[in-house]
Amino acid sequence: MKTVIFGATRGMGRALARLLAERGDELVLLGRDPAELEKSAKDLEIRAGGAGHDRVGTEVCDLFDRKAFGSALDAAVQRLGGLDAVIVTAGVFGTQDELTDDADLLDRVLVADFVNTVHFCEEARLRLLESGGGKLCVFSSVAGERARRTIFLYGAAKAGLSYYLEGLDHRYRGEGLATICVKPGFVRTSMTAGLDPPPFTGEPDAVARSVLRAIDRGRPVVYAPPIWRWIMLTIRWLPRAVMRRLRF
Amino acid sequence: MDRRNPGAGREQDLVGWGRYPRARGVEVRSEDLESITRGASLCRGLGRAYGDAALPARGAAPLAATPLADRLLAFDPETGVLRAEAGVSLETLNRLLLPRGWFTPVTPGTQFVTLGGMVAADVHGKNHHVAGCFGEHVTALRMRVADGRVLEVTDESEPELFRATLGGMGLTGHVLEVEVRLERVSSPWIWRERTRHPDLASVLEALEAASAEWPMTMAWIDTTSRGRALGRGVVIVGRWAEPDEAPAQPPQPKRRFEVPPLPGLMNRSTIRALNAAYWSVMRPGAGIEHPESFFYPLDMLRHWNRGYGRRGFVQYQVVLPRAGDHAELLERFQRLGGASFVTVLKDCGEAGRGTLSWPKPGTSLALDVPMRGDATQRLVDDLNEFAVERGGRIYLAKDALTRPEHFRAMYPRLDEWQAVRRKWDPEGVLQSAQSQRLLGDAP
Ligand SMILES: Cc1cc2nc3c(=O)[nH]c(=O)nc-3n(C[C@H](O)[C@H](O)[C@H](O)COP(=O)(O)OP(=O)(O)OC[C@H]3O[C@@H](n4cnc5c(N)ncnc54)[C@H](O)[C@@H]3O)c2cc1C
Repeated sequence: MKTVIFGATRGMGRALARLLAERGDELVLLGRDPAELEKSAKDLEIRAGGAGHDRVGTEVCDLFDRKAFGSALDAAVQRLGGLDAVIVTAGVFGTQDELTDDADLLDRVLVADFVNTVHFCEEARLRLLESGGGKLCVFSSVAGERARRTIFLYGAAKAGLSYYLEGLDHRYRGEGLATICVKPGFVRTSMTAGLDPPPFTGEPDAVARSVLRAIDRGRPVVYAPPIWRWIMLTIRWLPRAVMRRLRF
Repeated sequence: MDRRNPGAGREQDLVGWGRYPRARGVEVRSEDLESITRGASLCRGLGRAYGDAALPARGAAPLAATPLADRLLAFDPETGVLRAEAGVSLETLNRLLLPRGWFTPVTPGTQFVTLGGMVAADVHGKNHHVAGCFGEHVTALRMRVADGRVLEVTDESEPELFRATLGGMGLTGHVLEVEVRLERVSSPWIWRERTRHPDLASVLEALEAASAEWPMTMAWIDTTSRGRALGRGVVIVGRWAEPDEAPAQPPQPKRRFEVPPLPGLMNRSTIRALNAAYWSVMRPGAGIEHPESFFYPLDMLRHWNRGYGRRGFVQYQVVLPRAGDHAELLERFQRLGGASFVTVLKDCGEAGRGTLSWPKPGTSLALDVPMRGDATQRLVDDLNEFAVERGGRIYLAKDALTRPEHFRAMYPRLDEWQAVRRKWDPEGVLQSAQSQRLLGDAP
């Protein structure tokens, strides 16, 4: 698979990129910091067994610089000589308290996780359709499924993103473009470090494995860890009066 | 994902592998080891040190957790020289590189350790008598030192700091990257032979004889048998198999089983029963063995340390220069009510480059002891007095209970090491629970 990953230097994106590299997929990494991209590319090359080879490409791309999305993607496609999949794990996180107290951070979360991720996906969609379809896999969150008092600011951005991704899948699947919306629950990464891990906490490697399966099969929605499918099914049906009392 | 305070931590209880002692502290986790080590008091890898080596000092700055810093940065398939971030686990290296014919030149008895932890403890393995400690094979370190600078440290550029860091238990600076020369192996499988011996003296004799011929040797002994059978045991030797002896397929990772959090199962009678069972299973013989079961038999049981319950356990590992002294130490151990299941003997070769590295010529004995408060403290004190008298020394990566005066008597180069440490960290930023206990670091 010729794959572009936006956000592969850390967390779940790092874990997923390793699985792809180890099975021999061709990759271009997009990210903000060239030095970080270089190190991650090297890591993936060694893991892929091609030490010294120039197999993993990198392109600088900042989620806050949306004018550059198109050219970064074009450069990546050119380097890969085609395009089968685009994966987006980049984003910004803040807890409810952090976002309540800090309007600038809130702005960053809303812009990065909703506005600019949508813009990026639009650019990716054009290029995927041009090469005959493929997979667009984007990391949203279970926080975007139902508003909870403890996580609705971050959740609002993710809700918007999930909504968009669902529409995209309805509209373009017939043309060969499958959209995969990943909804992780609490996963132990640096993003969540320092927060109390709730029950059903996931590990990035296991999450990456289930996401890769979903990408290969073109499943439109994937919960990770999988138990969150059932948790969210229940939560979606809870009456508002009950929801209001939930403390998590 | 970006986060404004990457991995900002909260206070929690931390423990080492022995689950004794506990210490409260803040651990900051991030892929970006370079930034989280700024101002940190200590690094913590996978927490496989048994005692308090990787625990926060009282009143100290947060710890930097390294395991997310796990990228491989360079690998030369001609020379085997690898450079990687300090949080890479040995398990990752084995999974990726052993099938390609490369193995770490020295491995401890578990693969759930980080490169940084292997440097900081200057770990030894079954091949110590030929390969020395891990540090002998380290060619460079990238470190953040206490004043905040990030330096490339080698035996040429900064020999004092380099050597003080091998075995320096994280107290001379934070290791960000490790460069090490891996070993080429003839196949990824092990040829292993096992012999049984009726008492401790014959085990020690057989171990010494085996080391003259085999690159990897160790022995397990039964610490619960008494009288003439005291210390009966099994000598296990091995080498990398030749391609024509080994299966064509590389070894697949072994299945692992989880030990649930149960109340402590390990007491004198279960330990005695386990020893007897192990003795009867360890039949003599020779053949091809999976590298994981050869090097890491205990890794098959994830969280086996939970078997000792909430109170935890300590490991007492001591190297004694003279072979006659081990029986006496074991008798003292039994007299004071000690019983141990995982009891391992390993002969050590010459001391290496690390100023504070543990091994010295002699034979090491490691005992796992359930933690029983003052009684266990008295046991360790007593064994340490004996060890000091016989020129022995304990291993910091295992220790939780040694007293400063015993430690000082065991490590003649301590002052030299402390001087280097003070030079690089005059304000005493780098501390651990262990350094406060043993080295008089002030909270
Ligand atoms: C089952 C088992 C078997 C073992 N067998 C052996 C054996 O055969 N031989 C042997 O030598 N050891 C053995 N050990 C001990 C183990 O190898 C060491 O304790 C090793 O240091 C653990 O690595 P870690 O990554 O878990 O480090 P931790 O336990 O997290 O830390 C250990 C020490 O290393 C320091 N440290 C960790 N990372 C860094 C860094 N990046 N920079 C600076 N300092 C750092 C810490 O501050 C601490 O002082 C065994 C342990 C277990 C649990």
